[in-house]
Amino acid sequence: MDILNEIGLFLQTSLQMGTHILLAIVGGIMCERVGNMNLGIEGMMLMGASFGYFIGVQTENPILAMLCAGLAGALGALIYAIITVTLRGNQVVTGLVLTIFGTGVAGFIGKTISGISLSQNVTGFFAAYSIPFLSDIPIIGKALFEQSFYVQLAIIVSILCFIYFKKTRAGLNARAVGENPAAADASGINVTLYKYLHITGGGFLCGLGGAYLSLAFLSRWQDDITAGAGWIAVALIIFSTWNPLKAILGAYLFGLLKGLNFKLQNIDMGFTIPSKLLDMVPYIATIVVLILITLRKKKEHQPPAALGNPYFREER
Amino acid sequence: MIKIVKKNAPTPLRENLTRILAVVFAFVMSGIIIALMGYNPFEVYWKIIENSLFSTMRFEGTMNKAIILVVLSLGIAIAFRMKFWNIGAEGQFYMGAFGATWIALSFPELPMIVLIPMMILNAFIYGAVWSLIPALIKWKFGTSETLVTLMMNYIAIAWISYLQYGPWRDPAALGAGKISKFSENAVLPDVFGIHCGWIIALVLVVVMTILFKYTKLGYKIDVLGESETTAKYAGMNTLNIMLIAVMISGGLCGIAGMMQSSAVEKSLSDSLSGGLGFTAVITAWLAKLKPPAIVFVSFAFAMLLQSGTALQLDLKISSSICSIIQGIIIFFILGSEFFINYKFVFTPRVREAGKENG
Repeated sequence: MDILNEIGLFLQTSLQMGTHILLAIVGGIMCERVGNMNLGIEGMMLMGASFGYFIGVQTENPILAMLCAGLAGALGALIYAIITVTLRGNQVVTGLVLTIFGTGVAGFIGKTISGISLSQNVTGFFAAYSIPFLSDIPIIGKALFEQSFYVQLAIIVSILCFIYFKKTRAGLNARAVGENPAAADASGINVTLYKYLHITGGGFLCGLGGAYLSLAFLSRWQDDITAGAGWIAVALIIFSTWNPLKAILGAYLFGLLKGLNFKLQNIDMGFTIPSKLLDMVPYIATIVVLILITLRKKKEHQPPAALGNPYFREER
Repeated sequence: MIKIVKKNAPTPLRENLTRILAVVFAFVMSGIIIALMGYNPFEVYWKIIENSLFSTMRFEGTMNKAIILVVLSLGIAIAFRMKFWNIGAEGQFYMGAFGATWIALSFPELPMIVLIPMMILNAFIYGAVWSLIPALIKWKFGTSETLVTLMMNYIAIAWISYLQYGPWRDPAALGAGKISKFSENAVLPDVFGIHCGWIIALVLVVVMTILFKYTKLGYKIDVLGESETTAKYAGMNTLNIMLIAVMISGGLCGIAGMMQSSAVEKSLSDSLSGGLGFTAVITAWLAKLKPPAIVFVSFAFAMLLQSGTALQLDLKISSSICSIIQGIIIFFILGSEFFINYKFVFTPRVREAGKENG
């Protein structure tokens, strides 16, 4: 019983440690599904984290804070979309610049909010609450039903996103844009509009993911709050083979790894696994997955065929 | 209706005018944002120039960053010309630094004239091997090199962290995770007050210019970048060309790592690059992958990077402003490229209807 309880608590923390990454992965998937690789995830997360916290401190309104965090991320994504979609700039370079820009914005806003704490109103809103009976289920009860609602929101968003891309007309159209924009265009899909909507929508989720850290997980501002989570998200997008359901798995496996890393340092097993080497695992796993999906050639698991290529209607 | 129409082939003059205009717009735009933040934009711009150029110490800092950026950008340029999207410069930089540090710590007593070349050579090899891995994966499995090189960055950084806090931790640092300083012999000497990496960088610029412009290999790289089918049809051994170019690319980034560890940090740490490997992707791209332009772009970026810390001290402005300005300027330049080749044409619907009648 005791060990079950222990595992339950461990899973609970793992989910908390993977939530911001989950939102970022799903945001990234939305963007990549329409054929745009955005390496600015880290920047959008930072913009969301700082704006969200700033609004949270100013207005003491948690919902408004989340909304503004998302909008900040979406704004970053909009800049990226204007340059890569309309002005046909290089996606890799634009994404990298977005990260620099976002880091700068977060650093600037961070100066005004560091050391200021959120009001009870906001922290209380994001605090973990437990659902009676459900949270008593062994092992997964605490992980799923005794959490901040932010954590549950991330899971719901992922599932909705999965259904969207799998079952709805709009979602399938979006995938068509990412696979073959010329064909999509010919069949009457507004390629530019689809790209804009999904890139900014993805940015919204990335901003929301960043704000999870400042508003809910840490409940305070610190410099470089994301600590490279955006890059891990870029890796885990591939790990999840552009599937939002697998993104849940990827993000929480990563959370688990983080938690494990933490635990291993405190338990004496006679030998120690250096925590820095464990940091490599998500990246090595991603490379292995990348090789496997290219080897298997299963259509489901391939990256969107037009990923990274700009679409020039005139040069079809 | 707004339509996008291709312009006639641009003249070099019009191309450069467009870019200059973009930079001017960018400065106006970021000036407005700085003003909105409550600072005087002219003062901020002046401080950026003053703080990066007008003091020997700060000029040295600018040069140190510029040298590294030039070498990294050259490395990235050769891969990008082949359309091999190597964004793993950061990782190759760290592996190069690792190779150099290994030599420096193993043979601290060797005379400088032997030790430094050994460090450079080893840095080149380690960087080259690190970039060879994604190239081989691409060749063998067809896996996208963009993603693999990106992942390899973080594996390299984690490896350096491991060394720093593990096997290579300096016992004299009293528990702090630090690798010990290099011996005097392993530090690149100064020439005219700046470490002699600037000579190496300039030599590399000349060599790469010649390579791109006048050698068979450079020509083959460009052809391969244009179209793999053409290259194959012309009877080129595309695999060989790719592997050689990728190794030069990674090797140069490795040498940049060696310079930074030997001349600037005089040691190795997991924050050695400060993100220069990513900045260099941007500088190489903005310079259109041309070595002489790389020198100018790198220097301009180094100025911005260097003045960041100084701004904070002088004007009590957050150093983040420099990142914001940097971002805005590049956004504008990236966006302006479009207007070199295309233009928007506004065609009222009425006229289309009129055409049908006539």
